[in-house]
Amino acid sequence: MVELSERIKRLLPDAVLSAGSSLGQQYVVVRREAVVEAMRKLRDDETMLFNFMMDLTAVDYLGKRAHDARYEIVYHLYSLKHHHRIRVKVSVGADDPSLDSIVPVWKGADWFEREAWDLYGITFKGHPNLKRILLYEEFVGHPLRKDYPIKKRQPLIGPEN
Amino acid sequence: MEERNAEVAALGDSVILSTVDAVIGWGRKYSFFTYPFITACCGMEFMSVAGPRYDIDRFGAALPRFSPRQADILLVVGTISHKQAPILVKVYNQMTEPKWVFSYGACVCSGGMYNDYSTVQGIDTILPVDIYVPGCPPRPEMVFDGLIKLQELVAKERSSKWPRGEAEFAPKVKR
Amino acid sequence: MSEYQMDLHTEPMILNMGPSHPATHGTVRFLLKLDGEKILNCDTEIGYLHRAFEKHCEAGTWTQVFPYTDRLNYNSAVQNNVAYALAVEKLLGVEEKIPARATYIRTIVCELARMADHFTNLGAATLELGALTAFLYFVEARELTWDLLESIYGARLTSNYVRVGGLSSDLPEGFAEHVRKVFIKNREFWREFDKLLTKNRIFLDRMRDVGGISQEDAIAWGFTGPCLRSVGVEFDVRKTDPYLIYDQLDFDVPVGTTGDNFDKYLVRMEEIDQSMKIVEQCLGKLPKGPININDAAVRNPSKADVKTNIQSMIHHFKNTIEGINVPAGEIYVPTEGSNGEMGFYLVSVGGGKPWKCRVRPPCFAITQAMGDIVKGAFIADIIPTFDMINLIGGECDR
Repeated sequence: MVELSERIKRLLPDAVLSAGSSLGQQYVVVRREAVVEAMRKLRDDETMLFNFMMDLTAVDYLGKRAHDARYEIVYHLYSLKHHHRIRVKVSVGADDPSLDSIVPVWKGADWFEREAWDLYGITFKGHPNLKRILLYEEFVGHPLRKDYPIKKRQPLIGPEN
Repeated sequence: MEERNAEVAALGDSVILSTVDAVIGWGRKYSFFTYPFITACCGMEFMSVAGPRYDIDRFGAALPRFSPRQADILLVVGTISHKQAPILVKVYNQMTEPKWVFSYGACVCSGGMYNDYSTVQGIDTILPVDIYVPGCPPRPEMVFDGLIKLQELVAKERSSKWPRGEAEFAPKVKR
Repeated sequence: MSEYQMDLHTEPMILNMGPSHPATHGTVRFLLKLDGEKILNCDTEIGYLHRAFEKHCEAGTWTQVFPYTDRLNYNSAVQNNVAYALAVEKLLGVEEKIPARATYIRTIVCELARMADHFTNLGAATLELGALTAFLYFVEARELTWDLLESIYGARLTSNYVRVGGLSSDLPEGFAEHVRKVFIKNREFWREFDKLLTKNRIFLDRMRDVGGISQEDAIAWGFTGPCLRSVGVEFDVRKTDPYLIYDQLDFDVPVGTTGDNFDKYLVRMEEIDQSMKIVEQCLGKLPKGPININDAAVRNPSKADVKTNIQSMIHHFKNTIEGINVPAGEIYVPTEGSNGEMGFYLVSVGGGKPWKCRVRPPCFAITQAMGDIVKGAFIADIIPTFDMINLIGGECDR
């Protein structure tokens, strides 16, 4: 039995940069430009059928990775039919942290992408309504970036403390 | 003067002498209408406070009013984030006087364990608070203790304290 | 249509509902566009309880994350503890070495928490529909369940009970007997609640054929848990990716058909019953033995040991000050929370602090479909629909 990540690599030779498993969990790293096509294929292909977009988040590797690979967008997919899970990772740089939105593939990605924009400042191109979701419009900066201090408050009312 | 005292003595137990403030305070303290401003975990504990086992009704503060204009106590139950703070102040300003603010839980009193970019570090930075009940979340017994202390406070209050006016701060951005 | 009606030009009305509204739990705002009482559009805004969960996790050590996980889904706090502990243990590679007794106790507290969560959800929902009596029954049932949990970890709501590699304390004496007594009462309350509501005409009118969604839509929105099962998809992480000892237990996963509010109600009612069965099974099989892993680098040694043994003392200091040393890696561990799949995604770059601690919030995914579900319904339908989604502010906004 060929491992799932290896099969995905064969299915999407152009999109997948690397594949493997860590701690028994399968992952693939996908090229930034090919993410929507890859996701659509993963959802629709008979051997994959990943119909759930379980989770979408970003990780800030400030000081751990190179400047042009500072952020990583992490998707967790699940297939109800085959009962398998895959982690899809896309690397984006600090200068232009953006990639294509997968809302056309899974509409459930809507709020998850808004959250990643709100907290990490990742721009999802083609998202229908990319604005802050957990914080307020007046908030400046993206708090989950490693260079945002935890106690930097921006109150809407009352004193700065 | 002596004559009057004699008159009073003649009346016996049928008359009680008091001040207007004391009578009003006595009336107020057993008929609180609360406005539960519930946001977070403490709200689950507040359900128990209002529920059959602990029963806040015993202290005359059972009736929640979901219109601030009918309420006497603003029960702030649960973490207030900076996004929420202008709403809290608006609710406070809409309440009719006399009004008291009951700070329910550690987050409301001081920010609690959330010393971060999104949490108000105690609502006393934006509102006048009358009673603090810390705990994460406070047990119902603690809440009743706080409520009784507030009742004592209200009973002793001078009417000259009111009106207290609007909250000190206004929102920086109008929405 | 009569002439009179045709001449009537009306504009849609914009109505703001929440966040300080008794039915929105204080943390959600609906911006409604109304035509009379009919909803043309519903814009949901969340974030009123954002408390920087992830930022706090990154600031503390691996063990210091536990109190913050309690306050995610605070209705079933201990489930978050367990899910996080499982993820860290997997990252450490010690999940095989966790003593059987600890695993059993974790299962018991998870299911008790699920019961408490469903009691709260259903009780609060009926309260908001005007059925105060039913609410009082389930609050008391929850109170009894909390008594059990309190006897284990000393807190009513926020547990902070589980540790990486074990538990903070063992079950109290006479626990099985206590459970037996409580469950007799809980089943009584359950039956009363069922009698009051399940065939109640008013309740049925408010719940049935309201808030339904198709299977395809539910999957596309990322529904999990009772909300997904109510549309007829048999997906339960306890069955598909068994963790703890769920693969050795005998329990059923209830599913609905239409996914309307009444189905969600029935699914939750049945899950309470199944949870009681699971707890009883676990107590019947509960093994004896230690509750903590025998590895001082993961779980602090006992206090007596720390005071007599230099090696233990060093570990005690290192674990407390520097944190457990977790090797670099990443992990996603899904568990079945009360609201659906709750997964912890952890990234470690080595050392005593998490680099990233992300929780997949089930009700976040479900709440975003709110606008879709209530479109075309009446404004009063928002109340039962939103209640049955069971949004928990701490989990949704983190």
